[in-house]
Amino acid sequence: MKLVTAIIKPFKLDEVREALSGIGVQGITVTEVKGFGRQKGHTELYRGAEYVVDFLPKVKIEAAIKTELLEQAIEAIEKSANTGKIGDGKIFVFDLEKVIRIRTGETDAAAL
Amino acid sequence: MKKLIALVSTLALFAFAGGVGAQDKDKAAEKPAAEAAKAEAAKADEKKEAAPAAAAPAAAAAAPKCGDKGFDCNKGDVSWMMTSTAFVLLMTVPGLALFYCGMVRTKNALSTLMQSFAIFCVVAVLWVIYGYSIAFTAGSNPFWGSLDKLFMLGEDPATAVAATFSKGQYLPDFVYCMFQLTFAAITVALIAGGYGERFKFSAMILFSILWFTFAYLPVAHMVWYWDGPDAYTSAKAADLANSHAGFIFQKGALDFAGGTVVHVNSGIAALVCALMLGKRNGYGKVAMPPHSVMMTAIGTGMLWMGWFGFNAGSALEATGAAGIAFFNTLFGTATAGVAWALTEWLVKGKPSVLGICSGIVAGLVAITPAAGYVGPVGAFVTCAIAGIVCFFAVTKVKAMLGYDDSLDTFGVHCIGGIIGSLGTGTFVNPAFGGTGVYDYVANKVGDFDAWGQIVSQLWDISVTLVWSGGVAFLIMLLLKFTIGIRASDEAQEEGLDLADHGEKAYNY
Repeated sequence: MKLVTAIIKPFKLDEVREALSGIGVQGITVTEVKGFGRQKGHTELYRGAEYVVDFLPKVKIEAAIKTELLEQAIEAIEKSANTGKIGDGKIFVFDLEKVIRIRTGETDAAAL
Repeated sequence: MKKLIALVSTLALFAFAGGVGAQDKDKAAEKPAAEAAKAEAAKADEKKEAAPAAAAPAAAAAAPKCGDKGFDCNKGDVSWMMTSTAFVLLMTVPGLALFYCGMVRTKNALSTLMQSFAIFCVVAVLWVIYGYSIAFTAGSNPFWGSLDKLFMLGEDPATAVAATFSKGQYLPDFVYCMFQLTFAAITVALIAGGYGERFKFSAMILFSILWFTFAYLPVAHMVWYWDGPDAYTSAKAADLANSHAGFIFQKGALDFAGGTVVHVNSGIAALVCALMLGKRNGYGKVAMPPHSVMMTAIGTGMLWMGWFGFNAGSALEATGAAGIAFFNTLFGTATAGVAWALTEWLVKGKPSVLGICSGIVAGLVAITPAAGYVGPVGAFVTCAIAGIVCFFAVTKVKAMLGYDDSLDTFGVHCIGGIIGSLGTGTFVNPAFGGTGVYDYVANKVGDFDAWGQIVSQLWDISVTLVWSGGVAFLIMLLLKFTIGIRASDEAQEEGLDLADHGEKAYNY
């Protein structure tokens, strides 16, 4: 099992969610985050006090998936989150040791 | 120990005020300021100028009331004044409160609201107890009134009157008292812009009480106190009446609704507080953008609407005089909003909401002393200049001089007030569409002395700056070395909302 984490542009969330649904990934967790890589921030101006804001709002998606689906999942995210411009984000893949469904106690593959 | 000193000094303050009042009581017979004596002066011919002294005890029995011959209380006027009072209340609670609140950081949002709300309540109470009396009765000197109206004792709400700007026209004194209360309260609340986010709450309340007593009351008295138009029956009577008037009034200064009494006054005090308190922790290094320009915008809308009561209400009657003040408050303010926004667009590249709000407030401030005196051209020029000059005061000058006037009270209110005051002196000239200065003895507009009027305005501005700034400095010094004024580093870190008030503004 793998935990796929992706940082994407906020307005791409719906597309990514649909793409993952399409390949059989049924659950994701979404967090609002901020960060930067190569994308430049912006300047805000309040009565002459200029603030350069480096951090940009992003969305983090985490999905626990069966190892067999990994390649498809990565492709789905890559295609749907892509705009071609700097700041599209990154995908991180982690090894997932154990998964438990709280309601039933099912583990690993049965819980995904 | 520090709290004991604070308590003792506050009690000493009351004892002092009482002592001053006691002195004035001895001279009560000579003062024509009491309503009773006004009745005598109004009906007096030349022979009776000396009579007030003897007449006061006899006339006290026949207190004039609305509806008596020569004491008209026009129902339209009274309605308008009560409405105006409510409008000016809205300006502080919550207009100014929201305007300032939006500009500070989330962790200090409630403390900013508390400043406006608490100051309003405290000043309101003190105003009725002694403030109104000291500001608006004649004292033994032109700086400080008497305690004749302490707690409004001895005044019958149904009959006690206050003069307007028209002979024979009066308002119920209880209504006029409330109207002026709202001015005193907002003046003290305005200073919060200079000390935002770092003034310990207890010290702030004490500062407000002391500054209200020793700066606001004398300045209001100096600029606005006079015996009323009915005392001006002849040249001799006029001289006598003028000798009772406030110091700055005697200099011939014109301040329709408080350009100096409210704005220059609070503005210079704000600068002094900002300097005495020092900068907020992290100023210049940590980003401190407004937590909600939205709130500031809402506050601005309330301020603009309420200001119609502030300016047009200062005409004290529902007449054409109020009409021109109303006109200027809308037209001049809009001009300043455009001026600031345009300037910002040209200089900084983008016109901002905070900018147009600031421009609108700068316009409101600048038109305040001028509202009932200038014509449309005067309003346009004065407010356009205010919009542009205050923009630079707030963006360039503040950065250059490096003081932390958190919410730009000095840059907008003090500078705007000075511009407005000079604009008043210039454009009250009938040649520029102004109303001119009314001569109550000749009962018509007098000849206009252009340079003389400017000199009068300069007297007003300079005395206010020196008196208010000086008093603010002394009070801050006293507080600094007794209970301390600056919020601790921990308090500034966690925010004054939690540190001073045990509350969080937003719980989501």
